[in-house]
Amino acid sequence: MATPLRGVGVSPGVAVGPVALMGGEVPEPPAGGAAGLDAAAELHAAKAALEAVAGELETRGRAAGGDVQDVLEAQAMMVRDPSLDDQVETLTGQGRSAARAVWEAFTVYRDVLAGAGEYMAARVADLDDLRGRTVARLLGVPVPGVPHPGHPYVLVARDLAPADTAVLDATSVLGFVTEEGGPTSHTAILAKSLAVPAVVGCAGATGLADGTRVIVDGGTGEVRVDPSEAEVRAAQARVAARLAARGQATGPGATADGQPVSLLANIGGPADAPGAVGAGAEGVGLFRTEFLFLDRTDPPTIDEQREAYQAVFDAFPAGAKVVVRTLDAGADKPLAFLDLGGEPNPALGQRGLRAVRRVPEVLADQLEAVGTAAAASGADVWVMAPMVASADEAAWFRAQARRQPIGKAGVMIEIPAAALRAGAVLAEVDFVSIGTNDLAQYTFAADRLVSELASFQDPWQPALLELVARVGEAGRDSGKPVGVCGEAAGDPLLALVLVGLGVTSLSMAPGSLADVRLLLGRHTMADCRRLARLALEASEAGAARRRVREAASGVDELGL
Amino acid sequence: MPERRVVVGSKVGLHARPAALFVQAAAKQPVKVTIAKDGRDPVDARSILAVLALDVRGGEEVVLATADAEGAETALDELATVVATDHDAK
Repeated sequence: MATPLRGVGVSPGVAVGPVALMGGEVPEPPAGGAAGLDAAAELHAAKAALEAVAGELETRGRAAGGDVQDVLEAQAMMVRDPSLDDQVETLTGQGRSAARAVWEAFTVYRDVLAGAGEYMAARVADLDDLRGRTVARLLGVPVPGVPHPGHPYVLVARDLAPADTAVLDATSVLGFVTEEGGPTSHTAILAKSLAVPAVVGCAGATGLADGTRVIVDGGTGEVRVDPSEAEVRAAQARVAARLAARGQATGPGATADGQPVSLLANIGGPADAPGAVGAGAEGVGLFRTEFLFLDRTDPPTIDEQREAYQAVFDAFPAGAKVVVRTLDAGADKPLAFLDLGGEPNPALGQRGLRAVRRVPEVLADQLEAVGTAAAASGADVWVMAPMVASADEAAWFRAQARRQPIGKAGVMIEIPAAALRAGAVLAEVDFVSIGTNDLAQYTFAADRLVSELASFQDPWQPALLELVARVGEAGRDSGKPVGVCGEAAGDPLLALVLVGLGVTSLSMAPGSLADVRLLLGRHTMADCRRLARLALEASEAGAARRRVREAASGVDELGL
Repeated sequence: MPERRVVVGSKVGLHARPAALFVQAAAKQPVKVTIAKDGRDPVDARSILAVLALDVRGGEEVVLATADAEGAETALDELATVVATDHDAK
């Protein structure tokens, strides 16, 4: 048994399975013909690799069916092309290695198709992909892109991009391990939405061989390589326990002693609403509205917005809370109708409410659309503004929102200044919601988009928790709700800490709801406050996480 | 040498699905059939890459040809039908 690898656990649970590596770009095999190559053997190897790639594409096609099958079968035809075969035969006959011959043969057709213009761009991309697959097989390196091993697997990659996850077969991924990335990386977000374990920032992960059996513990961040049979059985028992427990997690969120804690979903548009309802969300704690505004030259009309809002409100049972966040624009999410010019540091620039105050009519239209949709629906609709720094700004936003029939108006706490002055801010509005991702970025002066600084995004950092505690206290003093709608809320152990710090609602990716609901139901308010103290007194994030994990109940039993 | 001049029926031309159907049909024939466009060199009809590289658009004329052998006429007739059919209209 090898030494375990360690990273940061960002999505809880345990997975046992074989590694499938996501390869990078396949290197071009060297052109110089190596001396002493056996042309017949090279040809045989090349043909076997081509046939294997074609067979794999057809198998995947049959499994997928429909349009995907047509596409994959067309690709298999290209790999089996007799002209390609002839080329490979000629090239190996001239002394090229199998890998080099395949590379050159594909390149001939690739260049011909590329020369035929724009129309062929997709076919050129196909050929690049097929060339990479075949050559990777011959060189014994991982196939580029998301793997399709044909059985359940643990995906190991340097990092995942949104484009990779779009082509990922979610049903066969048991867990994720990435060499890079932090708690707010795309991998973490995807893993939580699929409710599978993930460990990120795991040094040495990409050195694992394809097919190696590993146990991934998304709670502790440990990855066991070649585990013993006893370890595998123990891990499998935890996997089964988690599945069984998740099936029983229903009903509104509450602590063991009956203190209600609303468990809500973060959504980015009407398409996300059914999934959130299905996962047992009591409502929406963060309805992002940027989808209506991006990629267009004019702001959306009131009617267009009203329809989208109404669709979300109507997806939930009557009385469900839906918190709409008004447009969160900024220089990093540029909008054509909101010219902010270039900013040297967009994260510290005219973002969120600051940007919208320059075009108050855009906010007025959005609030009118929310108000109209709210009036026509049974949902309990609240609105909140992003990037609010002061009580003055909060008061300005409340005044705008009050012109519409909207239940409650609040603001997000993402700037340390607003957290420090939470009492004054809450005096102006009906509620606040803490965005832990941005609050971490601004508290630690660490850009959340810089992957080298990913550890500063860890929501377990005691300094961040102290700010949350300050906001929680202001909430208790004023009797007003305090929500959390960052990645932190979906970490079941951290959720206990947040509740202990005075947070009254948690909004998360729908996949995290069941775990949070289960663990919360096993702890009283007094337990949560005790765990919160343990976290606050820890020296750093890792220690806080370990202390709370050891002191919490039911972690192993629930397979977290 | 037997040959057929056919106008391509599918709007997308000999690309995507129509190209795949044509190449599959050619591979089933007992004789080797070639396809050419604009008087350029004919290419193997069983090669999807070569057929795609011809970049035949809908409404364009292609020439199918084969050596004079048994089954040649039937093969050309079958393939001409595949080319002339509008595979998008279903």
